[in-house]
Amino acid sequence: MDFLNAIVALLNFVIIPASSYGAQLALGALGVTLIYGILRFSNFAHGDTMAFGTAMTILATWGLQALGVSIAPLPTALVALPFAIAATAALVLGTDRAIYRFYRKKKSAPIILVMASVGVMFVMNGITRFVIGVDEIQFDDGTRFIINARAFRTATGLDEGLALRSTQVITLVTAVLVVWVLFWFLNRTRTGKSMRAFSDNEDLALLSGINPERVVAVTWVIAAGLATVAGSLYGLDKSFKAFNYFQLLLPIFAAAIVGGLGNPLGAIAGGFVIAFSEVGVTYAWKKVLGYVLPEAWAPEGLVQLLSTEYKFAVSFAILIIVLLFKPTGLFRGKSV
Amino acid sequence: MSFLLAENMTGGYGAADILHGCTLRVEKGQIAVIVGPNGAGKSTAMKAVFGMLKLRGGHVALEGEDITVLSPQDRVAKGMAFVPQTSNVFPSMSVEENLEMGAFLRRDNIATTMQQVFDLFPILKDKRRQAAGELSGGQRQQVAVGRALMTEPKLLMLDEPTAGVSPIVMDELFDRIIEVARTGISILMVEQNARQALAIADMGYVLVQGANRYTDTGAALLADPDVRRTFLGG
Repeated sequence: MDFLNAIVALLNFVIIPASSYGAQLALGALGVTLIYGILRFSNFAHGDTMAFGTAMTILATWGLQALGVSIAPLPTALVALPFAIAATAALVLGTDRAIYRFYRKKKSAPIILVMASVGVMFVMNGITRFVIGVDEIQFDDGTRFIINARAFRTATGLDEGLALRSTQVITLVTAVLVVWVLFWFLNRTRTGKSMRAFSDNEDLALLSGINPERVVAVTWVIAAGLATVAGSLYGLDKSFKAFNYFQLLLPIFAAAIVGGLGNPLGAIAGGFVIAFSEVGVTYAWKKVLGYVLPEAWAPEGLVQLLSTEYKFAVSFAILIIVLLFKPTGLFRGKSV
Repeated sequence: MSFLLAENMTGGYGAADILHGCTLRVEKGQIAVIVGPNGAGKSTAMKAVFGMLKLRGGHVALEGEDITVLSPQDRVAKGMAFVPQTSNVFPSMSVEENLEMGAFLRRDNIATTMQQVFDLFPILKDKRRQAAGELSGGQRQQVAVGRALMTEPKLLMLDEPTAGVSPIVMDELFDRIIEVARTGISILMVEQNARQALAIADMGYVLVQGANRYTDTGAALLADPDVRRTFLGG
């Protein structure tokens, strides 16, 4: 019984939350890694692209709700996603036209593009706040729980409750679908292959007649799509706040770099590595250990390695360790 | 009229010219080889022919059509293909995908051409699912040449195709290049291994300081005592 309780507690407080958080980070990191692979710079505006995308999702959700559209028990936001992706894609394509293309034409050093993206980040953050405000917004109108903690306890007779929120399942299912479509696109379609070719060897891609501006535009649209989906899932799972996405930037970059910048598979792995480390290090293990260990060994303290305020330190620490010992990341990406 | 005529090419990367009135000519289905000491502008001449270098003077004509102002991509569409000396494959993509990317501009069925490339380089067929970056130097060169052939070019340009491969592989690559020329594709290549290259060349160009020093058939250059003494080591 104690062992079962331990497993349930572990699932409830570590595995389920870390999995859905990991999926959100993975989607974010995929966008970062794609931009890095094709445009060859770290896009600091990606976090705020997510914020903008989510804001668009919220606006579209409100619009759909006003029209009486509902796909209950699923959140209306899922229907709103395509509209939000279109709006976000338009914004990033406009940004590319107005800003990045100039530096690309000049063949500027990557660091200049990075700095430009920092500027874009501030502007995008401003636009997002201007459009939707700085307040916390809950836009999940679907069923809240698939498994309710109290119902689980009465049903199983265990001491520990297991809660499974519908947004967590939606996050995982959507992430799997999106990743599957992305990999199919990159590995099977002509345009997808030309993107990989461009990322592999830009000069040779040009010699093969691949149109760089088209590759860049497609990349931005995909990145906007990934950012909007990732941001909206994060917002559904927790709540939307315009400033939160800026803070997500660190774990997202950590995920992309841990996995190997420019490598999509690495971004996914990196997302989960970061999420599980963050949750694992900041979780108080007292309860789980109390169930598993003999009574005499039961810990007195919380067995929490770091308090939750320090969760970003985890991303930082992992980032530094990876850069010191395996600069190309776990999946052989480009070195930074 | 020559198939490719690059006349009086003058130009360089920056303010200083590297090419000084260099002239190259390739006839239909023939092999032309550029040799010369280090820094003679061999690769630069090749890049100039392909439009990767702005010319200050001279012009380039393909089948009598002036293509001096065309971009490299437009020249690919005109039937020219270029194999750079280094980073000439897509390392993370499979051999087959490398070939597909070579045929990116083509909208017709590429299966026949791919089969021809596999016939020419049988090892590539065995390794077609493997990433090009994992292949040996010689195999990688085969992928690079194969990628260029996928556009069904009329002129194939090779920048030191045998750089860094073993002598046995080098001989085999030269054999394959002769086979390609027999199918009617003209070949222009730069080579460090001057002796072997001139042996298979219909036409040879010895460049020195960006200008033609000797121009003759490959056999005649090999027999020329001056060329032998100065460039072929006796």
